[in-house]
Amino acid sequence: MRILALAGRRLAASIPTLFLILVGIFLLLQFAPGDTVDAMLAQMGGGDAVTAQQLRQFYGLDLSVPARLGQYLLRLVQLDLGFSAIYGKPVAIVIAERLPPTLLLMTAALSFAFFAGLVLGVLAARRVNRWPDTLISTLGLVFYATPSFWFGLMAIVVFSIYLQWLPAGGFEDITSLQTGIWRTLDIARHLVLPTLTLGLIFLAIYLRIMRASMLEVLNLDFVRTARAKGLDETRVVVRHVLRNALLPMVTLIGLQAGTMLGGSVVVESVFSLPGLGRLAYESVVQRDLNTLLGIVFVSAILVIVVNFVVDLLYARLDPRISAGG
Amino acid sequence: MTDSRLEMKRRTLLMTSAAMAASVLMPERVFAQATPRRGGVFAVHYGAEQRQLNPSLQASTGVYIIGGKIQEPLVDLDANGNPVGVLAERWETTPDGKTITFHLRRGIRWHDGKPFTSADVQFSAMAMWKKILNYGTTLQLFLTAVDTPDAHTAVFRYERPMPLNLLLRALPDLGYVSAKHLYESGNIRQNPYNLAPVGTGPFKFVQYERGQHVIADRNNEYWREGMPYLDRIVWRVITDRSAAAAQLEAGQLHYSPFSGITISDIARLGKDPRFIVSTKGNEGNARTNTLEFNFRRKELSDIRVRRAIAHAINVPFFIDNFLGDFAKLGTGPIPSVSKDFYPDDNGPQYPYDKAKAMRLLDEAGLKPGAGGVRLSVRLLPAPWGEDISLWSTFVQQSLGEVGIKVDVVRNDGAGFLKQVYAEHAFDLATGWHQYRSDPAVSTTVWYRSGQPPGAPWTNQWGWTDPTMDKIIDDAATEVDPVKRKALYAKFQQRANSEIPIWTPIEQIFVTTISVKARNHSNTPRWGSSTWHDLWLAE
Repeated sequence: MRILALAGRRLAASIPTLFLILVGIFLLLQFAPGDTVDAMLAQMGGGDAVTAQQLRQFYGLDLSVPARLGQYLLRLVQLDLGFSAIYGKPVAIVIAERLPPTLLLMTAALSFAFFAGLVLGVLAARRVNRWPDTLISTLGLVFYATPSFWFGLMAIVVFSIYLQWLPAGGFEDITSLQTGIWRTLDIARHLVLPTLTLGLIFLAIYLRIMRASMLEVLNLDFVRTARAKGLDETRVVVRHVLRNALLPMVTLIGLQAGTMLGGSVVVESVFSLPGLGRLAYESVVQRDLNTLLGIVFVSAILVIVVNFVVDLLYARLDPRISAGG
Repeated sequence: MTDSRLEMKRRTLLMTSAAMAASVLMPERVFAQATPRRGGVFAVHYGAEQRQLNPSLQASTGVYIIGGKIQEPLVDLDANGNPVGVLAERWETTPDGKTITFHLRRGIRWHDGKPFTSADVQFSAMAMWKKILNYGTTLQLFLTAVDTPDAHTAVFRYERPMPLNLLLRALPDLGYVSAKHLYESGNIRQNPYNLAPVGTGPFKFVQYERGQHVIADRNNEYWREGMPYLDRIVWRVITDRSAAAAQLEAGQLHYSPFSGITISDIARLGKDPRFIVSTKGNEGNARTNTLEFNFRRKELSDIRVRRAIAHAINVPFFIDNFLGDFAKLGTGPIPSVSKDFYPDDNGPQYPYDKAKAMRLLDEAGLKPGAGGVRLSVRLLPAPWGEDISLWSTFVQQSLGEVGIKVDVVRNDGAGFLKQVYAEHAFDLATGWHQYRSDPAVSTTVWYRSGQPPGAPWTNQWGWTDPTMDKIIDDAATEVDPVKRKALYAKFQQRANSEIPIWTPIEQIFVTTISVKARNHSNTPRWGSSTWHDLWLAE
């Protein structure tokens, strides 16, 4: 019951934020020169003024800005995300189609980053200021500082062009349409390189946070007590330190949920994946307001949900924090 | 001429070396290659997804590259660039040029089994080409009716004379036929078949996964005996140019059309024996880089200033150092590949001459002020290609040397069109002018006055020239091909002497294709054509 109350309060608090974000983006896009018809003419390579006028009517652009904003919000209340100009179908369907690849890629990349970061962070903290620590920290920095498109392209050059182990891009093999387990394996094969490329950047962040947090907890009194009562080092680290050091990592996951749904334009472009990041980018370039607002709306809802789950997780990891408090 | 010779040499060299490599590695295949092999999946790079795939409704290479395999036009161009019948077998016109009759091929069926008839042609012409299709609306402005005396004859009636040659040159792009029975009810623009096209072509639409791929399979009932050879075509959506080059190298793609990869990757793959890199098969898609002047800016309405700007820019240097083998010096809006209309005399040209440029600016009363600046202008480059971006920087630096300070203002596609062609918020703009087989299709609108604001790629310069308007209007309805050619020579000369826009560089799109592909690039608009005879060697 307390959880439900908390959920209700959270949701109520986020409605004004959501409203402000949507109105803000709507207005911001009005400042961008050109509308979706200009974008369409640019794509077609030409068209006359009559065609353009017909198209503006078709997309409802002949109305005033407040009228269009009002219409949009009214539809949103009825949970109707509108019609996508570039895709010619309802926004909800467009987003639903793009969700699975995005979620798959982002979950894989974040899990990889989380667990690899956790292990490497613990290793670095245990051997602080000795060569494993230096090596791990330097590698982390290198991954973090390297642009992801370069990483992606180099991975393609090495693994797809020279070694020919993995496909260079795409979500699945379309020259032969597969089903069942073979399709799953095929998609997994296609996601290895993008996951690594995206994961390596997140990895650096998790690694640094984990290392710092481990070092901090290792110096606390209760760790000395644990050691004093004769526990071996592994047990001290796993049972006492790790659990406490995990809190900042969980916070970070909560924060990055937004990034997760936003996808990664760069990695999706380099590996030709049909993700939400590319969709959002395209919507801006094509001035497809409905699609863009739809993505923002869905992302915002997801962030609210994930942060709620994170709050619950806190309470589980550290009983001193009460979810209601 | 030297440029095209270079290009030829390079191409033959490539092809020869590829053939030699093939004959050394697999001698038994050399002979087998003469007979087309059936089967295989051809993978094509699809760079920019469009909102729909029906070429009766949208004239652009991004639609033809897919829709052009599924739907067919009345007429296409043959290897020599002459009109050849596809859905139409033959045609004739009356002496007054107001009636053009097409005799249609018999026994053709749509992919859904219904017969193709003159009613489809009538519907496509009146409801699509005349009302919706970009450039079609202008071309068919004076089309009053299409009569269908029988199921295999379509008679086009025009209010003003329509030159037969113009129509035949335009129809390969603007004459795709859609099925009446699928479109006659409901809003044409929202018809679901726009994204799942049904045609008469060699390939049948199978699947379109947005952001991923389009698939089309062989049409076993195709009207050309024994064709097509391929089992399937897949178009992979790849927005990143470098990623597309990587997929070509990894063997996931066979073909990247219309300069779809970066200039440096084109140069690199040009040396790779696994690929053929060439402009062949794209002659129908010639374009010129432009410099567009806004006459509302008083200084730029002075012909001396425009000429000075043209003289101040070293175009051959730019081509040699930035664009490479596939570009050459432009000589006017009608490019040199236009066999029918390229004139012997192009009118005045503007070779690089910095001293002359400064002299002209002095004469125009633009003396150097503080910091040597004579004039400050805003240059808006279009975001269509790498070359435009490089060119705008080059213009900026070149003009800086003669005392014209240039601010480069970069926008995305929608922003560029709005600011230049609707709001006229530019001094200089630069982009591409696309030449489509006949100057009346999409070239003369760049010069004819009276274009409504907001129509992109038209005369929005604030330039009105009665002489030019008369030449353009006369040529559009002149039915005698010789007289028409002479009028377009005058058009070219006038365009070059007044330079409301300057067209200093001529380019043809570059094809990058696997050496395994056969029967490719064999017509001037091959990338857009049906590919019925394309096959893949082992």
